[in-house]
Amino acid sequence: MIENLTQATYLVAASLFILCLRWLNHPRTARRGLVAGVAGMTAAIVGTLLNPEIVNFTWIVVAVVVGTAIGIPLARVPLTAVPQRTALSHAFGGIAAGLVGTAKYILWLQEGQLTAFRMAAIGVEIILGYLTFTGSLMAAGKLQEILPTRPITYRGQNFVNLSLLAIAIGATGYLVVHPGAWYLFPVVIILSLIFGVLLVMPIGGADMPTVISLLNSYAGLSAVAMGFVLENKVLITAGALDGASGFVLSVIMCKAMNRSFTNVLFGAFGQVQAAQATAEVRAVRSGSPTDAADLLANASSVVIVPGYGMAVAQAQHRVREIYDLLTKRGISVKFAIHPVAGRMPGHMNVLLAESEVPYDALVEMDDINPELPQTDVVLVVGANDVVNPAARHDTSSPIYGMPIIDADRARFVIANKRSMNPGFAGIENELYYGENTLMVFGDAKGVLGEIAKALAGDGSSH
Amino acid sequence: MAFVFVLSAFVGFQVIQNVSRLLHTPLMSLTNAISAIAVVGSIIITGEQRTTLTTVLGAVAVAASVTNIVSGFLITDRMLRMFRERGPAAGKVGGPR
Repeated sequence: MIENLTQATYLVAASLFILCLRWLNHPRTARRGLVAGVAGMTAAIVGTLLNPEIVNFTWIVVAVVVGTAIGIPLARVPLTAVPQRTALSHAFGGIAAGLVGTAKYILWLQEGQLTAFRMAAIGVEIILGYLTFTGSLMAAGKLQEILPTRPITYRGQNFVNLSLLAIAIGATGYLVVHPGAWYLFPVVIILSLIFGVLLVMPIGGADMPTVISLLNSYAGLSAVAMGFVLENKVLITAGALDGASGFVLSVIMCKAMNRSFTNVLFGAFGQVQAAQATAEVRAVRSGSPTDAADLLANASSVVIVPGYGMAVAQAQHRVREIYDLLTKRGISVKFAIHPVAGRMPGHMNVLLAESEVPYDALVEMDDINPELPQTDVVLVVGANDVVNPAARHDTSSPIYGMPIIDADRARFVIANKRSMNPGFAGIENELYYGENTLMVFGDAKGVLGEIAKALAGDGSSH
Repeated sequence: MAFVFVLSAFVGFQVIQNVSRLLHTPLMSLTNAISAIAVVGSIIITGEQRTTLTTVLGAVAVAASVTNIVSGFLITDRMLRMFRERGPAAGKVGGPR
């Protein structure tokens, strides 16, 4: 009876989870989706607590209190730190899967119930779980800049990594055939933990959006494996949804950078760039914030291209002021969002939404590009590689082939930069040398503040 | 069970591809919270209390999952609140260019 009730709550939960993601297709229905998600989770947890096998609730309550105490502050981080938070939560997901797999192995080994199928499922669960744990911790460390964000590479890296993984899988295979060989179990755990570290070590800052998405997928798949171990269908469903989501996002990120999965995982980006730093000095046209304000005030359409640099300089609110001032003058203002702008998928949208830019002003790269030739002024703030025209025609450029926002096709371009030093990727940006480009040097927050002030100052003159 | 997995993954691909690109960050925090359904398995292992070791392992897993549930849902809510449409205050009429 109770068993049926529990199964019924699981079915309800799985359906609600699907609806939850379905409603995320539009910001207007998204919060309804969130409610569905919370309801599904509540149903599943209540259904589980009814389970008669649970004889003692003390530890469960303690763990829930601890989890809540960690979870609440983690939900209050500044939005620039959301990528790190997300990486950390993948780590938590991974460790939960790893620990449950370990506990199940111990129990079934003692009881002599370790079938080949169970052992194989546990093997997948712990390999994925533990590698996601350390890999995500590495990613979080790099994003928080506790660890060097540069790719760390050495000769034979891929060979070492793949050998470790192969040994772990081989040992698991032996365990499936000989479940009694318990001494191999910790070996698999340790190898998986090390593999996670080594997997993320060679990956640089620019590839973080892809890696986070990929680890998201792994975390989901480890939950699926846990579902196979525990023969629990709601776990399989929810894990598969998470795994699918991470996979879809990884593919979008890879396409946005014109790179393949294997290239992200096995070809550290950093090495290509060193060869590119040609020290050729070319003339640029630079101007003051007032010049930029004049140009903007006389435009009838403006497109703003934000990059992560904007968020680093905490300049989003200044950008929104400029958006407001221009809109008030009847100038059409849109934001062009590149899929990899920011440190995780969709990051830039969240950062701009926080500074109260309405979401209908945020336009995806593919939708804005056809409009750019008719645009009067493009304002580039903290973006670099995603507006570099070299990606379209310079076959020797490391970013050749990457889809970009065609800022150079607008009538005028205003680009803000600290100095003429090439960005983190070390790639020269042709856009800055264009005839129609006005460079405004200085800290983004300061420069944009002055532009906003100039725009507000002569509000009546036009 | 493999049937459930394949079907769910298929539904997942369909649904995720329709998620607004604006909402990819909330999507990730939300799927984080959802996959923390792993709490279900951890609760049983903790509550069964077969051995001290497995109870402790289970309890840590419950704590990790609850962290994801709480922070995942809360931060998704926080982010979704920020997405607003162009208000009447802006008063812009989007005419054809």
